[in-house]
Amino acid sequence: MPDKILETTLEVLKEDAEGILADWIEQADEDGAKRIDLFSEKEERDQAASLLRSFRLGVRDASKDGEFDLQDEHWADLRGILSEITHERVERGVLPGEMAALILALKTPLFERLTEKLESDPERLIEEVLLLSKAIDAFAIYSNEVFIAEREQVIERQRDEMMELSTPVVELWDKVLTLPLIGTLDSLRAQEVMESLLQAIVERQAEVVIVDITGVKTVDTQVAQHLLRTAAAVRLMGARCIISGISPKIAQTMVELGVDVGEVRTRSSLRSALMDALTSVGVAIRPINDDKRNAK
Amino acid sequence: MNAAAIYAVEGVLLVSITSDITDTDIIDLQEALSKRIADTECRGVVVDISALEIVDTFVGRVLAQLTSVARLLDAETYVVGMRPAVAMTLVELGMYLPENHTALTLSHALDKMRQSGLIDGLRRG
Repeated sequence: MPDKILETTLEVLKEDAEGILADWIEQADEDGAKRIDLFSEKEERDQAASLLRSFRLGVRDASKDGEFDLQDEHWADLRGILSEITHERVERGVLPGEMAALILALKTPLFERLTEKLESDPERLIEEVLLLSKAIDAFAIYSNEVFIAEREQVIERQRDEMMELSTPVVELWDKVLTLPLIGTLDSLRAQEVMESLLQAIVERQAEVVIVDITGVKTVDTQVAQHLLRTAAAVRLMGARCIISGISPKIAQTMVELGVDVGEVRTRSSLRSALMDALTSVGVAIRPINDDKRNAK
Repeated sequence: MNAAAIYAVEGVLLVSITSDITDTDIIDLQEALSKRIADTECRGVVVDISALEIVDTFVGRVLAQLTSVARLLDAETYVVGMRPAVAMTLVELGMYLPENHTALTLSHALDKMRQSGLIDGLRRG
């Protein structure tokens, strides 16, 4: 390996930065990586220019060093700009493939110029093209990873929000709480549900808790297990748990699955569960006296 | 030092377990408590574990055992003041403590015992 790897590439980058930039954008356009609907011509150009600039700096530092490692600090600047641009593109709805195509499009103008320069030294040409190709590929992959990470963050955030929205513990009356469950109940959510429910029991000094599963789509053995564990934890805290909203269909499924609810109380509707709960805290709902109503 | 003291409150035995209780303390406690139940002919025991932050299967088992011993001596045991994290851990460990009665606080337990006549039952003696 020569002392100065990518020397010619660096030269080319220095000499004709503007030309490369123009060709790059053109190439990207041809490859369909340009999104004029999402980015203006100028933005596109500015982003490409800053990428190219830090790419040149990276190549310069790396060639000085004689080492070629993409995890090196030489490329930190490029990585930073890459993730910044990727971040912006995710927000505007660019597809990961398009972002990768944009970066890969840089190959064409660079290789063309290298071929011209190193016509007399094919061995060297192959070496530089190989390294350069490797570097550009790596950055395309890197940008893809950033893309995926960004997406995952969005998913994570949405799941958190959903989790918070979906476990509201409501105080129905003194000492009576209810937790309407909606959607699916996986282990993570079951844990969350249990935590917020037990916390609420302590905070409100609740004696009866109604877990309403009217909104739970399906009850399989796992969901049933989670429900029973929640009920057991509620009992350990010293409160009573009533599971309500068990539809005839769910009741049948539970029996078919061989789920034994043990001593946990179950009710078909929230209404009857509420009556039950109120009775056990010594409160009753009754119609307002007719005389009083007429007096108003 | 005794990590768990036994007090007589309103005719029931109140056991308060502190956070730094050791395994030997618990065994001592079991012994002392069964003696006290027999001596006082008390019919209610309240175990306050609100100070307990960490439980393992041992503590869970001892709680269940305390209850069984008390029941043999004709006393019902209420576990009160369990923290959410402790409840979750016990459930996680599969220790549902089916023998124990539970209540939110000491006063809840006393209410429940009054309702079921355990406290009056004690006063006969």
